[in-house]
Amino acid sequence: MKIKGRITEVKGTVVKASGVSGIQMNEMVKVGEMGLIGEVVRVEGDSAYVQVYEFTTGLKPGEPVEGLGSPLSVTLAPGIVGNIYDGLQRPLSTLEGYTISRGYTAEAVDINKTWHFVPVVKPGIKVQGGEKIGYVEETELIRHYIMIPPNVSGTLAYVAPEGDYKVTDQIAEVQDSKKQSVSMLQRWAVRIPRPIKRRLVASEPLITGQRVIDTFFPLAKGGSAAVPGGFGTGKTVLLHQMASWANSRVVVYVGCGERGNEMVELLKTFPKLNDPISGKPIMQKSIMIANTSNMPVAAREASIYVGITLAEYYRDMGYDSLMLADSTSRWAEALREISGRLEEIPAEEGYPSYLASRIASFYERAGYVETLSGDFGSVSIIGAVSPPGGDFTEPVTTHTLRYVKAFWLLDPNLAYSRHYPAVNWVSSYSSYVESLSEWWSLNVSDEFETLRKKALDILFKEESLRNIVRLLGPEVLPEDEKLLLEAANMLKEGFLKQNAYHEVDRYTPPLVQYYLLKLIISFYEKAKEKLTEGATVEEIRSSPLYLEVIRARFNVKSKEDFDAIMKKVMEF
Amino acid sequence: MSGSITFSSVQSIRGSLMVIKTNGKLGYEELVEIELSNGEKRLGRSLQVSEDIAVVEVFEGTQGLSPRDVKVRFLGRPLELPVSNELLGRIFDGLGRPIDNMPEPVGSEELDINGKILNPYKREYPDEFIQTGVSVIDGMLSMVRGQKLPIFSGSGLPHDMLAAQIARQATIAKGEEFAVVFAAIGVPADTAIFFRRELEESGALKRSVLFLNLAEDPAVERIVTPRVALTAAEYLAFEEGYHVLAILTDMTNYGEALREISMMREEVPSRRGYPGYLYTDLATIFERSGRITGRKGSLTQLPILSMPADDITHPIPDLTAYITEGQIVLGKELYHKGIYPPVNVLMSLSRLMKDGVGEGKTRADHKELSDQLYNSYSKAMEIRSLAEIVGEEGIPESSKKYLQFADAFEKKFIKQDPYENRDIDTTLNIAWDVLSILPESEWTNISEKSKKVYMSVVQKRNL
Repeated sequence: MKIKGRITEVKGTVVKASGVSGIQMNEMVKVGEMGLIGEVVRVEGDSAYVQVYEFTTGLKPGEPVEGLGSPLSVTLAPGIVGNIYDGLQRPLSTLEGYTISRGYTAEAVDINKTWHFVPVVKPGIKVQGGEKIGYVEETELIRHYIMIPPNVSGTLAYVAPEGDYKVTDQIAEVQDSKKQSVSMLQRWAVRIPRPIKRRLVASEPLITGQRVIDTFFPLAKGGSAAVPGGFGTGKTVLLHQMASWANSRVVVYVGCGERGNEMVELLKTFPKLNDPISGKPIMQKSIMIANTSNMPVAAREASIYVGITLAEYYRDMGYDSLMLADSTSRWAEALREISGRLEEIPAEEGYPSYLASRIASFYERAGYVETLSGDFGSVSIIGAVSPPGGDFTEPVTTHTLRYVKAFWLLDPNLAYSRHYPAVNWVSSYSSYVESLSEWWSLNVSDEFETLRKKALDILFKEESLRNIVRLLGPEVLPEDEKLLLEAANMLKEGFLKQNAYHEVDRYTPPLVQYYLLKLIISFYEKAKEKLTEGATVEEIRSSPLYLEVIRARFNVKSKEDFDAIMKKVMEF
Repeated sequence: MSGSITFSSVQSIRGSLMVIKTNGKLGYEELVEIELSNGEKRLGRSLQVSEDIAVVEVFEGTQGLSPRDVKVRFLGRPLELPVSNELLGRIFDGLGRPIDNMPEPVGSEELDINGKILNPYKREYPDEFIQTGVSVIDGMLSMVRGQKLPIFSGSGLPHDMLAAQIARQATIAKGEEFAVVFAAIGVPADTAIFFRRELEESGALKRSVLFLNLAEDPAVERIVTPRVALTAAEYLAFEEGYHVLAILTDMTNYGEALREISMMREEVPSRRGYPGYLYTDLATIFERSGRITGRKGSLTQLPILSMPADDITHPIPDLTAYITEGQIVLGKELYHKGIYPPVNVLMSLSRLMKDGVGEGKTRADHKELSDQLYNSYSKAMEIRSLAEIVGEEGIPESSKKYLQFADAFEKKFIKQDPYENRDIDTTLNIAWDVLSILPESEWTNISEKSKKVYMSVVQKRNL
């Protein structure tokens, strides 16, 4: 029986309702004559506070409130990939008109579409939750496995034969104490992590094709990273690059409280960009969730959970999912706003005291796991952080730092001088470096780790020399230190900088990252020898090879390209 | 006037807020009309409603109100603006009531001033170049139709002059003109007069709409002025097909009004006393811009805001820049050198430039030229600050060219007259002139092709 009450108070998007005894915490409710969607966030006696996911203008005390009997859930079925949703998984592409009207409802996937189902098991066997019973080809890139829902187990009494079915058609039946029908469509409550068999240690890198990340501050599959940066430092462009090139099977991009035009940009570019591994448009592996900054904050709070649940669902099929959230600060602000309306006692800067635990439990949903069906899959999370005033001591940044293992700090000074991606190489870090070094030496080159260390060493030394230069000018330095400054410059211009809009430069495969590093370090070592033979730094700098090594990032695509320049370096 | 005619009594008054008895008859964010005993009427809007009482903000202020002798009537609707193309050429107050001694325009429909959320899926990506005739903007911070690009300024800087110049000169390809929606938010009367005169003299007034909330007008009204103006702008852009340029000045006054109301409501403050929802609130204003698939018009926003104490990390400029698609930052340093427009290029950014320039839009060399100028100027600034410490003797010979380059860049490229309208070709040719001060070996961003095609231009000009 559904619980029905009425509104007694409206304050922004928080509504108080009375006469709703028995309603559950986090239950979804319909609010007012317009049927606005909301979620119960506090229960007091027979009253409840509801955060409404839509604007509440015009709501009056006395209007009805109706419990829907279940918590906020997402629809999991073929047809999700390639879609763009709002923060509550309502599809935005099927909406009439150019504005979003309040109280609209729509199915997340087309329930009339048929999919070609291929069974992989036979009736009569015992099945557990999470077990794959068949698949459909969702896109050219995603084979969508149909799994027994996690809370169902028993004997498989029926499996549909190969053929075309709608997502709501019965495709299996499981006999336990009672018969349970299984279709291709499942529901899952977004605030509850989907179950797994066990967590494993991540040991494979998530290749993003971004040199400063992959080489210096890598992320492992199943890892978590934060990208804090003030406005204009290039967070969004970096996240778009990751979404475009990362070697994950599924990408969930959550635009959380950000610009509408940025989502349009993704919608415009994704169908045209091809996945570097499969060569197919990356739209075929992407899911977009758009809660733009002008949409109500409560739905923004939900959008992060909707995104992570979708990522977990594809992980359960044995895939590597990547969830990108731009920006987690807007999500935290949504928490703050709702908390304020509930008149909770604030902790730092008005944020609720549970901010840290919410951030922790979000990043904890990342991981490299063995799934219920015995496959290996992962969810990696990359979260942008937008610290107000570029102040990295603010609560969202500091709490995020406690829970992520890779940290890519975007530096406004680099951005001002148009050094993109503006990842600061002194303050950024990754705890995955050691666990991933074996992968690099096995798959790329056993020399890689040495080169990486040499490069970092040059950059760190340059940092301390720069202080002297700032005070006394570069002329006071001895020649070998001047050469080190040039080497650092080559690393910056020829490796760390990466043009997101250049055909070749925007994506660098691991092997080419090694080539570029090798060229620069070899050139530097060769130049050091020349210096002892009496050459000046000015001569080295003005040699055409200097510029050729720097510009190698635009030209080197293959071993032949690399060998040609390397030969010149060795003969230098 | 329709709506339920319920009269109610006032319980208390605090600042510009009133608590009134409602018996549950007033909806959230609905309007009330407050009638004083002398017949004067004021407008208010509910901020919180419950079964018996409501908190109402009074737009014209609560001065002279006494709980005993006012009557409150519920209008049963949110704040709306009657819209039609008769809006053009008219002047309204901050709540959208005419103040030009002409009759109220006949609205073809009444629109809620909060607007509706644009479906991001139905947006068209903005990529059509707007020529403002200002070199530093067109060359390095190119604006596109549907962009929101604010001017961050400080007191005493010529932001109004620059905004007026853009409004006068801005054309889109094929010479199409903009309709201008101008919202004055708590600015001095002479600022409003200045804009009006500029629009009038350039003949743009007949395709402009002005909404004026001046410094002397009630602060609470400032909360709605930008929304009223954008309601008009959206209507003109998306229903009537105009290309609209909306100038909102000064958004800092808006933020302060928001803080005032928040304080009176005893909300938990966030940074510097501003409410925690400042970002979301600003976003509901700035996101009301763009283009829509299948619609002819566009809405471009040029908000102006002053940075208190020239501090770009102040919550208002900071949060604004997180929402808008870039920022044009004005700086005192250049202004004191006599350079107009004093745009601090390195701190400024146009996020949508990359898709609005280049072959077929402006010129094939535009992007690389702009990247090169950024690179070289930022390097020049480092050398300049070094030279200030160690003296010019302390810097290598090769660096001295950079100092010359920086001077020329500021004096020839950035500097121009407020009434000088440079087309994009002129702007880019000046850029080549300035760049050619540096030896070609320093042109790391310039392709051979561009060198060949465009260097001849420079040589010809130098003859």
